Amino acid sequence: MRPLTEEETKIMFEKLAKYIGEGIKDLIDRPDGAYCFRLHKERVYYVAEDIMLKATNVCRENLICLGVCFGKFTKTRKFRLHVTALDYLAPYAKFKVWVKPSAEQTFLYGNHIMKAGLGRITDNTPKYQGVVVYSMADVPLGFGVAAKSTSECRKADPMTIIAFHQADVGEYLRNENNLT
Amino acid sequence: MVVRAEDLLQKIQKEQEDKLQSIQVSKNIEVDVDCGNLLACDTNSMDTQRLRSEKEVYLKTLAREGAQLLFNEIWKLPIERIQEAVIAKLPPPTTVLPREKPVPKPKQPTKWEEYAKLKGIRKLKKGRMVWDDESKSWKPRWGYKRANDDTKEWVLEVPRNADPNEDQFEKKMKEKKERIAKNDLQRLRNIARRTGKKVPGVGQTAVAQENKSKTELESAFHVAKQATASLGRFQETLREEKNVKKRGQKRKFEAVTQKSNTEKERQLNILNQMYKKQPQLNITKAVNKEVQDGEVRKPKAGKRKPAKSTKAVKGGKRPKRGKR
Repeated sequence: MRPLTEEETKIMFEKLAKYIGEGIKDLIDRPDGAYCFRLHKERVYYVAEDIMLKATNVCRENLICLGVCFGKFTKTRKFRLHVTALDYLAPYAKFKVWVKPSAEQTFLYGNHIMKAGLGRITDNTPKYQGVVVYSMADVPLGFGVAAKSTSECRKADPMTIIAFHQADVGEYLRNENNLT
Repeated sequence: MVVRAEDLLQKIQKEQEDKLQSIQVSKNIEVDVDCGNLLACDTNSMDTQRLRSEKEVYLKTLAREGAQLLFNEIWKLPIERIQEAVIAKLPPPTTVLPREKPVPKPKQPTKWEEYAKLKGIRKLKKGRMVWDDESKSWKPRWGYKRANDDTKEWVLEVPRNADPNEDQFEKKMKEKKERIAKNDLQRLRNIARRTGKKVPGVGQTAVAQENKSKTELESAFHVAKQATASLGRFQETLREEKNVKKRGQKRKFEAVTQKSNTEKERQLNILNQMYKKQPQLNITKAVNKEVQDGEVRKPKAGKRKPAKSTKAVKGGKRPKRGKR
């Protein structure tokens, strides 16, 4: 467990900024206590500082996980977000996509969102913008990347992909072993 | 039956003579006997006729005679009897035996030995144990638990002209380590001199050029490449050379636990820079650039503009569309 280096912080923030923009500031500077990012086994965890201090007592091999896993660094030092970060992405999300109840299941099985399943989309969403996916009842289901801008969506036919799937809460079942 | 005393006497005499004959061996030339080596050397010529007619018997008698002569000599030596075993003390051997292995060549003297011989410095024999005044006991002169151990001192005087913040203990340890390293290098050099290999320089081991492994060669190459006045900055890269910008650099990380605000401030700083999207100024890099271009102005020549002065360094590439 160690703090991120400057370079790693930048890589991670750039990734987060695609989904929550300025919301990162609220993650770092929280009124309800000190929180920090820690790297452990190439995974980035978002932890309350008092918990992190307690975790320093556990040796590296034995420490499985602490706080919330935001994602991991790949071997080529890119940052991949995990579904576990969804709880922190959803409240600050700038661009959202709502999915019809009929298309919820296919999304939760790991498929992209088609125009047919699209319920709503935030106005002025640019192409390739990171979006958080909600059900029509405003339950966050996952996140992805907008494949079409909002204006393009209107003209698109039902089978075109509107948002690329990146992570969904179905992974808690499908990919349970790798989520720590 | 009556036995005549004369006959009996003769008979006994003859028996005794027979016995003596078994001990006595007569030879034309006296046999050389070397008791120290248990060796008897018979220089008499062989009876070729007997050797041909009854070879085995003749050889056996020859061997018996030789052995008999040897044992006669042994019995003349001072003899002891220890627990029913008769023991003779052998004199030092007189026959010189040739050695099995060639005579070892004299070791080439080390550099110091050469110098000492030149100056007439002789090694003084010093005892292993020395009196230690502090512990009032005899202790070894060197090594583990040595007497008057100057590394075990609990307090050290700071010299008057020394920097008061300098750690004298650390300094002492460093000096000791350097002495050890120097000695080791000299030892290797002496070995190289003795074996006729190339004398190693500092930083490379005494491995001949052709025996070097690929990694050894590579590291030697990079050491050599950086050994210029500009630390290898203007060295050309070879065609298939790997990019090793960060060779020999150690990763350094912040401490896990820090004062609560420093980390936060650092992260906010990074965020601000990200949002600004303005090119950052890397001061050291810019200064280096100036120095390289030879455009560092003297204070007098203040009019000249710093032509394309600080080439700004942009903070990281903007990533394109993202995988998550």
